[in-house]
Formats: sequence, C-alpha cells, structure tokens
Amino acid sequence: MSDINLKKVGAAAEKRALPAAVWPLVALAVILIIDVIISPSFFSIRVVEGRLYGSLVDILYRGTPPALIAMGMAIVIGSRGIDLSVGSVVAMSGAVMAALIHGDLSPVIIVFGTLGMGLICGLWNGTLVAVLGIQPIIATLILMVSGRGIALMINGGRIPTFRSEFFEFVSTGSIWVIPTRLFLVAFVLLVLWLLLRKTAFGLFVESVGSNTQAARLSGIGTRVVTLSAYGIVGMCAALAGMVITGDTRSSDAVYAGVDSELDAILAVVLGGGSLNGGRIYLGTTLIGVLIIQALTTSILMSGLPPEYNKLVKAIVILVVLLLQAPKFRTAVTALFRTGKGKAKS
Amino acid sequence: MRERRLPILATIAVFILLYALGGFYFGSNFLSTRVLGNLLTDNAFIIIAGIGMSFVILSGGIDLSVGSMIGFVGIATASLVQHGMHPLMAVGILLVFGFLLGAAIGFIIDAFEIQPFIVTLTAMFMLRGLCYVISIDSVPINHPFMEAFQDFRIPLPGKGWLSAEACIMLVCMAFALVIAHLTRFGANVYAVGGDMTSALLLGVPVRRTIVLIYALNGVFGVLAGATYAFYTASGYPLAATGTELDAIASVVIGGTLLTGGVGLVIGALFGGVIQGLIQTLIIFDGSLDSWWIRIVIGGLLFLFIVLQKGIMRSVSALSQAEG
Repeated sequence: MSDINLKKVGAAAEKRALPAAVWPLVALAVILIIDVIISPSFFSIRVVEGRLYGSLVDILYRGTPPALIAMGMAIVIGSRGIDLSVGSVVAMSGAVMAALIHGDLSPVIIVFGTLGMGLICGLWNGTLVAVLGIQPIIATLILMVSGRGIALMINGGRIPTFRSEFFEFVSTGSIWVIPTRLFLVAFVLLVLWLLLRKTAFGLFVESVGSNTQAARLSGIGTRVVTLSAYGIVGMCAALAGMVITGDTRSSDAVYAGVDSELDAILAVVLGGGSLNGGRIYLGTTLIGVLIIQALTTSILMSGLPPEYNKLVKAIVILVVLLLQAPKFRTAVTALFRTGKGKAKS
Repeated sequence: MRERRLPILATIAVFILLYALGGFYFGSNFLSTRVLGNLLTDNAFIIIAGIGMSFVILSGGIDLSVGSMIGFVGIATASLVQHGMHPLMAVGILLVFGFLLGAAIGFIIDAFEIQPFIVTLTAMFMLRGLCYVISIDSVPINHPFMEAFQDFRIPLPGKGWLSAEACIMLVCMAFALVIAHLTRFGANVYAVGGDMTSALLLGVPVRRTIVLIYALNGVFGVLAGATYAFYTASGYPLAATGTELDAIASVVIGGTLLTGGVGLVIGALFGGVIQGLIQTLIIFDGSLDSWWIRIVIGGLLFLFIVLQKGIMRSVSALSQAEG
C-alpha cells in the first residue's frame, strides 16, 4: 500500500515539480505586498498595554477560530470526507460551555465537557459515515440542520451571558505579549502533527482517503480511522467554540460560528487539498486560513466600502482556485502557445 | 427498476401521515384547503429552488449559491423597480443573468474539473457580495403590478385558494417534469449523474449537458428569487440566507440520492411541503418551541437517508441474486 502511495506521490511530484506549498504562499505574499503598497505601516507591530497590536497580529488573532476548525477539516477531507456541521458544533459546544459555567464547575471540567460535546458530535457524524455508509456531505448535513436547534434548546431560547476569568484568559488574554489563543493553535498544530506524522495514523487516514477498499483489504481498520477523523474535527470545532464563546462572553446559538464550515473548507482547498481525499496538508491549510483572513483585513484597510468585502473576496478566491486547477493552467499555457504560433505565422 | 420508486412513495406516505396527524390533533381546521393553499404559497420559493437543485443533484453535483441568488434577485428587482422599471421586465433581465451565470458555473466545473461544491460556494459569496453592493438596506417594491400579483387567486373547493406564488411554482414544476422525463436533455441528466464515464463513452454530450443543467438551475434560482421578492414585496440583502440547505433538504426528503442518477424531480415538491408541514404543525401546536422545527427536520432527514440506504442495499442484493 505504501508502494502505491509512493508511486502516486512520485507521479504527482513529476507533474508539478513544485512543492505543494508554493501556490498558497505566492497568493498570500501577493496579498501582503498589495497591503504594504496600500498602507506602508502594514507590517508595524506595537506593544500596547502589554499586548502586541498591528495588522499582522490582527490577522493571526482573528484567524484563530477558523484555523482550529480548518486543521480538523483538513484531516476529514484527507479521508475523502467533509464536515458541514462544524458551525453547528461551535454553537452547541458554546451552549454547553455557558451552561457548565453557570453550574459553577471548575474550568478543567468545563473544558472537558465542552470538548466532550464536540467529540460526541464528531462520533455521531463518523458513525453515519463509517458504519452506515452514508455520503459525508449528507451525513453531516443532518447535524448542520438540527445542531443550532439543539444549541437553542440547551440555551433555553435565550443568549446566556457569563463571566469566567479562565475562559476570558484563553480567548482574549495574553501570555507575555502574545495572545493566548495563538498558543492554543500552536498546541493543536503540534498535537495533530505528532499524531499524523509521528504515528501511522496520518498514513491510515490518507490511505482510507485514496482508496477505502484497498485500505480495508490491507488490514487497516477503516471504520475506526474514519470515526477518529470525525471525532478530531468535532473536538477542533469545540475548541473554536470555546474561543468564540469566550470572546463574546455569551453563547449565541444562532450566530456563533456561522459560515465557519465554508471558510474551513475553502482554507483546505486554497491550501492545495483536494476534496477527493488522499492527502492531508496541515501547514498549507493554515496558509489558506491566513489568505482568507488577510484578504478580509486588507479589504477593510484599503478604504474600499465594506459592502465590497464579500465580492472582492469571492473574485480573489475564484482566481486562486483557477490558478490551482491543473486543467486551467494547461489551458492557459496552451492558449499562450497557440497565440505565439499565430503571431509567428 | 420499480424499487427505485420506493423512496418517493415513502415520502408521499410521510406527507399523508403528517397531514393526518395534523387533522387528528387540530381537527377539520387543519384539513381545510386553506392550510394546503398556504403551505404551497409559503414554501413556493423553496420548492422552485428545489426543482433546479434536483437537476443539479441528479447530475451528481450540488449548488450552494441558490440562497444568495434569491437574495440577489430580490434586492436587484427592488432597486430596478425603484428606478422606474416594470417588475416583470426586471425579472426578465435577471433571468438572462441567471442563465449566463449558471452556464459559467457549469463550464468552470466541467472544463477545469473543480468540485461543484467549491465553485458554487464561490458563486454564493459573489452573489451575496453583489447584494451588499446594490444596497445594505431593505428596499420595498412599490408598483401597481404588485397589488395585482397579491390579489391574484384561484379558488379551491372549500375555503382555500391558490395564490400567484403557488401557481408559479406549479407551472415551474410542470415545465421541469416535461424537461426531466420527456426530453433527450432529461435522459442525459440521468445518464451523466448515473455514470459519467459510461455517458461519455455512449456519446452523451457531457459538457453541454452539465453547462445546461447549471444554466437551468440559475433560471430556477432567479424564478425562486422573484417569487420570494413578490411574496415579501421587498428586497433585502440578507434575505434567504441558508435557503440552499432547505432546498437540498427538500430534494433529499423527496427521495433523490445525492450520489446522482437516482430520483424524481417531483420529489422536491413533496420534500418542500413536508418541511412546511412540520413548521405549520409546530406553530399550530403552540406549546412547542420553534427550535424543534430544525431538530425534527434534521431527524426526518436522518430517517430518509437511512431508509434510502436500506432500499439501495436490498436492491443491489436482489439484482445480484438474480444475476
């Protein structure tokens, strides 16, 4: 099986000849260069009241919740799955967190309770996909549709607010001058990287993603692997829910994490991940998150009316997607070649 | 294959069951044609969106942009009418726009092999972005035509009536049924969704079919948007957020498989009405909180998907036994 994988990777490498991270990095660099041209002070970073401030820090800070979700999403997509329910999971875990805080429990129990909610959601999705064999898009659509209803039920139809020093520290506090939530992302990245690259788990997920049948026949417990992948993305969404809910100090079942599934999937695709599975790109997915976030921040900064935000974002994303599509690149090169040929004749 | 009709039969059974449940609990008021008429009126735009979505899903694709399309058509119609254009003229222009945008989406999907999910997601952002560019406030549609539209009624036996929205929806459905089941294009849609490679080998014009499917979906998206705009008599840039999910749920509850190739366009009608019925039942009851609507619809989705899975498994087991 590893032979097949190696061959596949080898073939892909021959075709591209460039490492996968190049295109996303180029896109990000172009956006940042345009930013500097528009506003020369873009890269300046100051320390105010013991915390770092500046546009770059802002991009990282705001990118935290999508980064947490997108890393989990990258793993599910690597297994040829998808998770549409992450936004609803953010709302549900936020609701659980608010309820537990009102129960005056210790932060450790609350953290485990919130993560537990994410895990349960992930395992439910995973069971539908791995055991019942339902297509991932539909399987997770169920929780996406009903999840916010469940979150509203936990909240009792209101938006409970709370005060919790611990969660304010996690979400909006800082260690030395660096925001705490960046450490959270770094920690999750480290754990996932160790899990994927220093154990066989990453290889298992990728083999399930490239050919489930072959993976099963070569003795991989494909069901357990798929279940774990969905469990992980559920917990990632719960962590994002913790950051978002801690930020607003309230659990909003309707608006917490709205559209986060779309941003996360987009980040994975911008990072070069294919929805056909088979490869997990954790690092480039984070670059994808930064592209989306940098784009949002730069549109706001450029002085363009905020109404144009979504439109410009959509057009840039479309261009990046087209540039990444091998078929588009060949078509464009062919066009240039025939153009030159015609000019000569 | 007769077994493939089982999902739609199950859908109709659920519809009748829910309707009977309503009649049992709330008496003859619920069974009146007025409730039925309202059901068709209130869910007309979701069902029209579901019709376009049916073609897309039958071909093995998906469309996430229809909610934004409805919002865009609403705000564009409202602002064109504000500038002195007749509402029908505005909708006519938008229909051309919808056709062209859909065709472009279909072309990008097929020519550059980018997943429909991602391409239509970008279209979703783009259309919602255009909404904000046109206006960030709600714009009313004031035109003599609107009064005529809202006064239009076809009486039904009993106290009920069919509104203009319901009529548009039923005409769309009839048109879609003809396309799906009586034309070569319809057969090609099923062929492409069933097995793209075989379709290509059999000489089905795959590129043209996919471009046309998404163009048709764009047209139905605009019609859904126009229906919604006339229904609310206004345009609002955030209108119909998330309606793409309702449309997809309608198609799935209507018995169409998301893997493509299997299902009936008429399913979107029943899928849409069932969702509306659940909503009506919960509102009629009054003691249940509104969040139960989402939870019950989610549960129903689950039941239907498991049911379809079971049917498909037994069908393939049967055909293997026969072979």
